[in-house]
Order: sequence, then C-alpha cells, then structure tokens
Amino acid sequence: MHNFDFVKPGSVAEAAEALKAEDAMALGGGQTLIPTMKARLNAPSALVSLSGMAEMVGVSGSDPVVIGGATTHGQVAAEAGYPALAALAGQIGDPAVRSRGTIGGSLANNDPAACYPAAALASGAVIKTDRREIVADDFFVGMFETALEEGEIITSVSFPVPAKANYQKFLQPASRFALVGVFVAQFDSGVRVAVTGASEEGVHRWSAAEEALSANFSAEALEGLSVASDGLMSDLHGSAEYRAHLVKVMTGRAVRAAG
Amino acid sequence: MPADGGIGASNKRREDVRFLTGKGRYTDDINLLGQTYVHFLRSDVAHGVLKSVDVAEAASMPGVVKIFTGEDFAEVGGVPCGWQVTDRFGEVMQEPRHPVIAHGKVRHVGEIIAAVVAESHAEARDAAEAIEVDIEDLPAVVDMRAALAEGSTKVHDDLTSNLCYDWGFVEENKEAVNAAFEAAAHVTTLELVNNRLVANPMEPRVAIGDYAPGTGDSTLYTTSQNPHVIRLLMGAFVLGIPEHKLRVVAPDVGGGFGTKIFHYAEEAFCTFAAKAVERPVKWVSSRSEAFISDAHGRDHVTKIELALDAENNFTALRTDTMANMGAYLSTFAPSVPTWLHGTLMAGNYKTPLIYVNVKAVFTNTVPVDAYRGAGRPEATYQLERVIDKAARELGVDPIALRRQNFITEFPYATPVAVEYDTGDYVATMDKLEELADLSGFEARRAEAAARGKLRGLGVNCYIEACGIAPSNLVGQLGARAGLYESATVRVNATGGVVVMTGSHSHGQGHETSFPQVIADMIGIAPDMVEIVHGDTANTPMGMGTYGSRSIAVGGSAMVRAAEKIINKAKKIAAHLMEAAEADIELKDGAFSVAGTDKSVAWGDVTLAAYVPHNYPLEDIEPGLEETAFYDPANFTYPSGAYACEVELDPETGHFTVEAFCAADDFGNIINPMIVDGQVHGGIAQGVGQSMLENCVYDSEGQLMSGSYMDYAMPRATDVPFFNVDHSCQTPCTHNPLGVKGCGEAGAIGSPPALVNAVVDALQRGGHDITHIDMPLSPSRVWQAMQG
Amino acid sequence: MTELSMTVNGKTVTGKAEGRTLLVTFLREELKLTGTHVGCDTSQCGACQVHVNGQPVKSCTMFAAEAEGADVRTIEGMANADGSLSVIQQAFQDHHGLQCGFCTPGMVMTTAALLKENPKPTEAEVREYLEGNICRCTGYHNIVKSIMAASGQDVSAIAAE
Repeated sequence: MHNFDFVKPGSVAEAAEALKAEDAMALGGGQTLIPTMKARLNAPSALVSLSGMAEMVGVSGSDPVVIGGATTHGQVAAEAGYPALAALAGQIGDPAVRSRGTIGGSLANNDPAACYPAAALASGAVIKTDRREIVADDFFVGMFETALEEGEIITSVSFPVPAKANYQKFLQPASRFALVGVFVAQFDSGVRVAVTGASEEGVHRWSAAEEALSANFSAEALEGLSVASDGLMSDLHGSAEYRAHLVKVMTGRAVRAAG
Repeated sequence: MPADGGIGASNKRREDVRFLTGKGRYTDDINLLGQTYVHFLRSDVAHGVLKSVDVAEAASMPGVVKIFTGEDFAEVGGVPCGWQVTDRFGEVMQEPRHPVIAHGKVRHVGEIIAAVVAESHAEARDAAEAIEVDIEDLPAVVDMRAALAEGSTKVHDDLTSNLCYDWGFVEENKEAVNAAFEAAAHVTTLELVNNRLVANPMEPRVAIGDYAPGTGDSTLYTTSQNPHVIRLLMGAFVLGIPEHKLRVVAPDVGGGFGTKIFHYAEEAFCTFAAKAVERPVKWVSSRSEAFISDAHGRDHVTKIELALDAENNFTALRTDTMANMGAYLSTFAPSVPTWLHGTLMAGNYKTPLIYVNVKAVFTNTVPVDAYRGAGRPEATYQLERVIDKAARELGVDPIALRRQNFITEFPYATPVAVEYDTGDYVATMDKLEELADLSGFEARRAEAAARGKLRGLGVNCYIEACGIAPSNLVGQLGARAGLYESATVRVNATGGVVVMTGSHSHGQGHETSFPQVIADMIGIAPDMVEIVHGDTANTPMGMGTYGSRSIAVGGSAMVRAAEKIINKAKKIAAHLMEAAEADIELKDGAFSVAGTDKSVAWGDVTLAAYVPHNYPLEDIEPGLEETAFYDPANFTYPSGAYACEVELDPETGHFTVEAFCAADDFGNIINPMIVDGQVHGGIAQGVGQSMLENCVYDSEGQLMSGSYMDYAMPRATDVPFFNVDHSCQTPCTHNPLGVKGCGEAGAIGSPPALVNAVVDALQRGGHDITHIDMPLSPSRVWQAMQG
Repeated sequence: MTELSMTVNGKTVTGKAEGRTLLVTFLREELKLTGTHVGCDTSQCGACQVHVNGQPVKSCTMFAAEAEGADVRTIEGMANADGSLSVIQQAFQDHHGLQCGFCTPGMVMTTAALLKENPKPTEAEVREYLEGNICRCTGYHNIVKSIMAASGQDVSAIAAE
C-alpha cells in the first residue's frame, strides 16, 4: 500500500483536528479499510486512529443502549443488553475480525452487505458524531455513502430497544457477508424492517412488510407480499430475483425467531 | 497397530513439532544478504497489443534497482510445455511460445508486462505504478465454443486457430461405439460443466533467485512440488544454465495440490534477474496475484452418453469434451484432459466400448493445468453422474445398477488402454453400505421431511490411476520427461540412515512415513532414519510429488535402494561372522547365521563398512550407500465407493452436508493416520468444487472471483466429520510395497456423490430436476427449483 | 520510520516501522518471527493470527503502530516454558490436525482464544469459531478433533483417526 502518516490522537477533539489534513482518513478497526489499502483502492495521506480513546469505547444503558463509536463487534456481542443486536454483532466476520472491527467504522463505511446498518436502520438508532446527531433514516444515503461530512467522526450510536427483534443473515458463501440480511424490530409504535445485502442502494427499509407486520406481527402476515427485484444486486452469488425471494424468506424467519 | 512403529503404524508426525512451534522454514522465511524485491506489473486486460511499455519515470523512483520488460527476455527461451499430445489425425498439438514477460501481446489478465526490482517490495510496487503501458485492446476469447467457431479472434496469431488439439481415444473404436449406440435399448445423455477451480494452497508461491558471481552458480529457492523438474525445465529450456551450475531448493512448502508442479515465469525471472543485478531477487505472491498467475484447474464442458442393453448392462460410452487450456500451455496441461482423463473412462465398470473425444482450446484466461486428481475427477464426475441419471431414468436402484456392471475379475484390460491389476469393487461398496447406514436412510429422510427439509443420498464409485508410468510408455504418449523416482539410502557409520529422495513432501508427511518402511526392513527404530528432500544439491534426480505417486514410486525406489544396502550389509556380516552369505538373516536390527546363535548387530556391520579393518576389501568396497531409480511397470489403481447425505432447505436452496462416507482400497498402507488425513482433505476439496468453488471470467476476460471475497473456500462449517475406511485392501501386484496411492482419491470420488445426493433430495421432494452444474450454490439450486 | 515498542511473547521488543507497516510484517521482518504467515490479502484465511492484549487478531489487518505498547503473543510463544509442546500443540500432533503446516500457527492461536472463552466447546461451536481460519489440507476433520481433544473432551468416538 501507499505510505501515509499514522496519527494516534488522545481525544475526539484532537482526532477531528487531525482529520482536517488533506486526504486524511479515520481508521476504526481497519477490517475493511486495510484490505482496500492493500489493493491500493484507498490512498490516504494520513490515517487517524480512533481506537484507544476511552470516551469512544463501551456499551452503556438499557434503553436506549448506547455504544461508543470505537467499540468492537466482540464487545457489543458480549455486553449489549439488546439481544438481537448482540447476536448480530456476534455474527459479523469471524472472532479475529470482531476483536478489531468497530461499529463506527462499519456504519461509516456503509457496505451494502454489512450487518450493522440493518440493525441501526431497523432500530431507528441515532448516530452521534463530533458535530451532531443523525437519525438512521437520514444517515444511510446509498451504497458506501452516508450523511457524514468530511472528517466527521461517529462518537456513539444510540439504539432504542424494541419489544421484539431478530436478525436473519443468509451468508454469501465466499465473503461470509450477508447475501441478504433482514433485521425486524417491533416497537410499540410499529414494526421496522431493514434489509441489507440486497439493494444497489445499500441498506433500506421494506415498508410493505412494516405495514403488514405492524398490523399483525406474524410470518403469515407477509404471505401476500412480494419483493420486486428491480434495483436489487445481481452477482456471482445470486440474481436479483433470488435476493428478492430471500428478503421475504429471511423476513419471515426473523419474525418467527423474534417470537 | 504394529508396536515397532514400522509399516502400518499410525506414527505421529515428526515434522509437526516445527510447524506447531513456528519453526517451519518456508520459502518466504528465507532472506538472503543484499536481497532485492521484485514486483510484477501484470496485465489488467485479457487480450491486447502491447504497443509500448515506458519505464523511464519508474526507473528513477526511489529504491529502484532495475526494471525488466519483454525486450529483456526476447532472446531467452519460453516457458516450456512438458507434454506433447498427438491428435486423432496423427498431427502434433499446436504449441505457442510462452514468454517469461509478455512481448508484443498480452493474452490474459495477470500476464507479466514488466518487473521492477527494488530495495523493498513497497518501493518496487510504487515504481510499478509509474510504468506507462499502452495496450490496444483486442476482443477477449473466453467462451470455448465461441473460440472454436469459424472466424473467432485468435489468442495466438501464429497458430491456425484456437484449437490446441482434437484428440480421439480410442480412435479405432469410434465406429464400433457408434454402432453400439445404434443398437442400444436405452441411451442416457448428460451435458455438464466441470467448473474451473483455483488450487489455493494456503502458502502463496514464492521465488528467490540467487547468483554467486565468484563461481557462476545460480540458486533458486521456490515453492515447488518437484525441484529437479524445475531445474531441468528452467535450466535447459528457458535460461540455458546446465544442471551443475544450477541448484533448486524447495524447503517447507505449504501445500501444492498440483499448482506447484509447474514451472512458472516468476521462477525463471528471479533466477535470471539475480544474475543480471548480481543480488538476490525475491518475489512473494499475494493471494490476489495467485488468483491471476497460478495455473487453474478443471474447466471442461462435456457431453456424455451411456448406452445400455435391455438388461441394463452398459454396452458403450461416448464422450465429447472441450477442455480449456487458457492462454498458454502450462507444464503438463495437454496431458490432463487426454491421458489422465480418457484412460479412466471405464471407471469401475466392464463397459466394452468407449470413445472419448477431447478438444483442447486456447482462451484469454490463465493457463489451466493439473489440480488434485487432474483429469481423473473430470472422468469420474461425468461417468458417475450419467450412471446415476440412467438409473433414475430406468427406475432402478443406482447402487444395484453399478453393482451389476462392476468389473469383478482382475487383471482387467479396459477398452481405454489400461490394465487394472487388482481391485474389489464389491467389497468397497459393501463396506460403504455399512458405513453410510443405508438401511437407516428412510427414517432420517422422514424425520427431515417432518421439519420441512429435503434429505437426499448420493453414492458413487471411482477408480484412480496413480504413479503414471512406465517412462517408455509415457514417452510414446507425449511426455517429455521420465516418470521414475529415485532414492539414495546412506547408512552412517554408527547405524543411522539418511534417505535422500526425489519425492517432495508439502504436507504429505514423508518425513514420518518413509522412515517407517526403512525401519521395517532393517528392524531399527524409525527415529534412526532421516528423510532429505527438496534440494537438488543433495538428492538424486527425481520427478517429485504429484499424482499420488510418492509412496508407490518414490517409496519403491527407497525400497530398492535399501535392498541393495541390506544385500551388501549381509556380505559384511557374513565376513564378520565367518559364515556363508546365503545363511545370513536380518531381523530386529541384527544379522544372524541361520541355525546358529551367532549374531552381529546392525551398528557393528555399519561401523565395519566405514572402518574396514576387518573387511572383505578384495570383494566389496567400503561404505554403505546405494541409489536406486524405480520405474514402475504400470499405474496403480486405487478405487472406492463414496456416499454423501445432504439436507436441503427448499425455501432457500441451501443445503448442508450431513454425512460423508468413503470406503477406499489403497492396497497396503504405511501410516493409516496420514492416509485418513489425505482422504479427509481430498473430500473437502471435492465438496468445495461441488458446492462452493467457482472460478469465473466475464465476457471481457476479467476474473470475477479473484479473491476469497468471491471465491468460496470450504470452511469448517461447510463440512461434517467424515467417515472414512480403508480396510478393503487389494495390494498392488507390481510394486514392492503393494501400495496404491491415496492423495487424490478424496477429490476424485466426492463431487459426484454430493451432486447425486442433491439431485436425489430434489427428486424425492417432487422436483423434476436431473442435473445442476457445479458448484451447487444455494442460488443455483433455488433457480433450478423454479423450473 | 518510527520506533515502536511492544511486548512480544513476554519480552519487550523495539523495532522500526513505517505508517503502512502491518503488524505481521513487523513480526516477520523486523523481529524475525516467521512463524506467523500471510495466506491472503483480504483478511479471511487467518494464517496470520496472533493475540493482541489477549484478543485474537489478524496481524495482516492491523498496523504495527496500533500495537505500540501492546502485549502480543505469536505461535513462537505458545510452547510450554521448557520448550515442550503445550496441550493445544500436543493435541494437534496427536490427532494429525495439520498437514502442510502453513495455516497451523493461526489454527493454534485461534484455538487458544476459543478455549479461553469457551473451555468445553461443542463440535458446532468449534466449527463456528474457525470461521476466519482456512485450511486447504485437512478438511478440518482432524483440526476440530484436535481442538476438542485439547479441551479435554473424549474424541475417541469421532470417526476414523
């Protein structure tokens, strides 16, 4: 990879300052960024490490559950008092990836097949940055695109805890990312369903399912629905039609598993 | 298990200690004083005219030592092909020049355009990015059928077409086979694809070239399965370095599976460049680079037809295959779809008439060559799939149909030119039925059905041919190499033994299993025997390890050399005990005189050989060191029967492998633990091929599955514990150990079992599906279920 | 180049690194600890796995600078103090849990991390935990068996040795 300056700030404020440098990038756990740098697809002038700042690490609260932006997937899996979220974190990558990868890094990258965006969107999470708060519905803009501005740092993510929730992930057999992942969350105010892995636009909500499930939270409520394959991804591992089919199947399974 | 740790004992592997403690010495662990690093600039287009390669700016970048382009290799030999196939019209195959660095044209994504040698790898790569390459794109030839069509773009302008050869086997049988099809009561036809694979040993390739200006000697350290073959090919055909000035070392090698047999351009480059810059030159492949530079495997498109009479006896078999060669002929590529494939088409069955046609095709893709099994998995897959399809069409039990057509008398001469010496296909099938608990299947199926899952069972047989030989025959078939193996057995003065073998271990455990044979022959502890391999400087000329040949061919050479040692030692012992040589017996590490209590220890005899004070110097020379070259009389023919049980989720098409059983006949076995491990690994690779792995190019010749993000490697969750058994043993009749070879069996025998199982599950679930091409990914299964 | 300092296998070490120097490169080239291997460039194969502050980490996907001051353990630090094979290493030898040996360091490091978290894992838990470790030789059969044996479980009923 190209060389760069490695910067390890002691506080969020210092990190924000360091990120003002031209072509500087934030480094979370690096589990996605480092492979892209090896392939020379990313060539920052400086990498600003966000790990090692106590103020950005940790899991607290019971509702909402608040997770520091630099908290690893492993810590979320072990500590989050939001079982569906903890279970999702425990399925990301593998144990070694989970000891480095962070929630802030995952959300900021917004990989269209990543797991966390589905949890954040379905839970109606609030993403807190060094500058503002962004609700999940406004945060995810498109594939690898978010509402984050240049140099903006995710300091924590606040998850309202639903009455019932579950995440179902159908693995892409090579990368073990989600070929399709569906997070279903039932709140008193209604049901939210977020789908990852499927759309060319990245994570998105399935509103028809939300309506049906809000009226009747059971897999049978989905029976009359169908998912259009327009705008869904098609690749070696599955056609758009297959992904559309899986969205419905995984949603039904998530509802059943949520109980 | 024998208590003495000899033949038949599951000795723990001695090499494990260094691997488990981080003390292995793989090629990348070697760093030479003054070493430089090379980064290869590779083509990112599949086909184009190389109009210019401007290195001016790159050459001035920090750390750059020298940059090489195709011009530097214009006068150097091309990368050679080691097998020349003659086609069905008696013409030799079309054989293009394969340059070390592309010159004039690029012909596949990944082909080397330039090589930057620098002080560090990072600097080499930085500079490579500054090289300006002007390529005029040409249409990429990717699809084999299109490649053979009239007027197709040619991969090689100087060849008449993209057809490497059109091979018919046995050509004289063709009319009789056609007539048998005319007369058949039933014909089953199946069109299938044997998917392209990437071998993916976990250690990527590495090469380090070193040159000693003082002596003019070159050394290449490389991740090879056969250092002597590399020395010969590279020295004689590419760089013009005689063997005595060239040493090739393959130290610990992290898996090969075929793809480290071949001589690669990077090896020649590092050796050449080390001399040019008078410093060591090191190349370490990244995994991404491996995907576009390691030879790929398989990639056949086949139509197979099976003719049966009214009693369901197989009467004839006819196949029509297109085999992808890629852009150039890799070392043994032409032999794979021909002599390693056509000769196996009889399988375990007494089909009297067989005709195999293979068209080998050039495309703008990475060269394709042997991968674990090499030709034999392709033969087994199509044969065992078409038999299964026939059974279903005829409404007969697939196992019964196989049993009815088994070869039962040996030796058996097949209609495809080979003679099976031994085998017992009934016994392995009987054993399989026991292992797989076939009688309990219906209950398991019903239980799965109650959970909404489709359960299926697939069975198949396989026959393999290991240790290709003899050399004079393979020479007639086009091999440009001998296929013997060698061993030097050196007994030291105090009785320890060193075996220098031409075989090479890259995971097979030779350092443990080979000494078991010597220990058994002499009656000493295995830890008194050391194996030396992997270095042309201290091993006799040998052909290396591939094709499940090591114990059958290399082991036999070792036995022959040890027999010479024992014969000579008996002469010495006879002298020491003042007895007749004919009366000397060797047992438990001591020589005795038959019918007396006279005895002399192994160590006393070996000491006498090197301190020949009391010694028959007028009759024999001092010392105890012998070399043997063993050239087998025939292949060996392991065989077996495999069963796979799957459970399929009809909502998603996803299935799990619930059980995998293997009943193999490997003849005699040296170390059962190691043999089981070989079968486990082979099955996992076969499961990988049939449910996960797929190397795919798009129509532009871009590799779509160029990393583990898209090329699905089998992981621990994809496989169950395997149930393997090798208690059926019909020893090989023509090698001294009665062994057959076990390295490839698992990869050969497993894909049809898995596909048969999935088809079985779907058919039992009411789906009219007769075939799905590998890999049977969930999406492909689901797609098939949609009709 | 900056000077880094960390504890590796119980010893304080220092060495030079660029910003882009990966932990695995630092271990292999600067510290000459070549037991840690590189098998891929997309963070999937796990041959490079080490422990950093007690956590399993892919050393090919962590910058050396991130390990400044950390406690790092590699395969070279896994044997018993007297140099004999540890329980995990011995189980791998006893049950033929390795062939070519290239993925083995990562497998041993992963096993150690697993057994610390879950001292008596089931077969399914072992397979799940190996998600990030690819072996091309063994078909995982004897690796899973070795790990279960290392955890003190009776593996004699597992088919074939």
